[in-house]
Amino acid sequence: MGFDFSLVIPRLPFFWTGTIVTIETSALSLLFGSILGVFIGIMRVLPFKPARSLAACYIYVIRGTPTLTQLFFIYFGLPALGVNLSAMASGIIGLSLNSAGYIGEIVRGGIEGVPSGQWEAGRVLGLSYQKMMRFIVLPQALRSMLPAIGNEFVTLIKESSLLSTLAITELTMVGQQVRSVTYASFETFIIVGAIYLILTTVTSMALRLLEKKWSVM
Amino acid sequence: MMETLINSLTRALLRDDRWKMYLQGLELTLMIAAVACAIGIVIGILVASAKVAAQGSGNPVLRALNLLCEAYTTVIRGTPLVVQLLILYSLAAIPNGLTACFIGFGLNSGAYVSEIFRSGIQSVDIGQMEAGRSLGLSRGATMRFIILPQAVKNVLPALFNEFIALVKETSIAGYIAVNELTKMANNIKSRTYDFTPFLLAAAIYLILTFMLTRLQKRIERRFAKSDKDR
Repeated sequence: MGFDFSLVIPRLPFFWTGTIVTIETSALSLLFGSILGVFIGIMRVLPFKPARSLAACYIYVIRGTPTLTQLFFIYFGLPALGVNLSAMASGIIGLSLNSAGYIGEIVRGGIEGVPSGQWEAGRVLGLSYQKMMRFIVLPQALRSMLPAIGNEFVTLIKESSLLSTLAITELTMVGQQVRSVTYASFETFIIVGAIYLILTTVTSMALRLLEKKWSVM
Repeated sequence: MMETLINSLTRALLRDDRWKMYLQGLELTLMIAAVACAIGIVIGILVASAKVAAQGSGNPVLRALNLLCEAYTTVIRGTPLVVQLLILYSLAAIPNGLTACFIGFGLNSGAYVSEIFRSGIQSVDIGQMEAGRSLGLSRGATMRFIILPQAVKNVLPALFNEFIALVKETSIAGYIAVNELTKMANNIKSRTYDFTPFLLAAAIYLILTFMLTRLQKRIERRFAKSDKDR
């Protein structure tokens, strides 16, 4: 079988717009997911049982069900409750809620990784729980969490491909559209795959550089 | 309130025997996950062995093989599964969506599993290899009788996590017209016009992952036992 890229190449600008949407949606989801994830991670270690259980429950459900089911629930399901969200809003909310579950666990791990001597030192100095968390534990935890959160970004870039099921014109959806015009499926999706590969490779390389720069040693 | 709940459950489950559709979907979900897991483990072992064998070896064949494996894991882990499935699905040699799923999910999990195996082998203390070699065992025999049994134990939790992730990832198969659980729920939703089918699907996935995690814990406990006896 011969491959013919001549139909796909002229449509490369479409791929570019799709790439931008992919980067935007995954970056926004990472941002919102991180904010919510930090709260959930903190709730997970609070000395208050109901808060801990609530956060554990959230993480359990998010990690125990497929991302796609969650997206479908928000986009196709919630309108039955009278909540009508645009595809873009559903997609970003869905991915954010999803990554918050994973980031919550990362944050919990980071907080628990801070040696208990740090808490004790804070207590000796007469700081409140809130102040210890904010000024002593979280800054140290955040630093050790950065690599894992970076990996979450790479995961999100790939997972944002699911948004094409909600007809959001990100990279994979653009691929579908180009295919439906050119009928050159293989060539189209090889290009789509290559663009994702470049995105994830560049991201992980940038992360490695950042890690080196911010490493404690 | 109660009445609407019962109503929507009836519509989502009982009318036209719709509960059978969930079971059919679940069957495909489990089938794809199991086949892909088997393919993934085979590929994972092969790729991991190639990578470990090539380590510090000057053999040009091994080096080339290592490069190939490295490219495989990078490409698979650097692109979304959806795109991998779409590429496979567009190949003329692939007869239907289900075959594409078996191969696609298998190749995908193979890349992740190979990394799990590789790190498992490397996590075994280097002294174990040295001890085996100084007892006169060959490199292969040391690998088989000393390193691998220990590596398998280290690897098991991660391997199980991969399988659980795989069960959830199969929800993507609906993308190429395979009627697995999520796709079935979507089909049912197109009749009932509410979110109950998705809730039910989510509940099934949740039960599935819950049971798998329980099994995982049990197996890990069983393995931990032999540690304590020592």
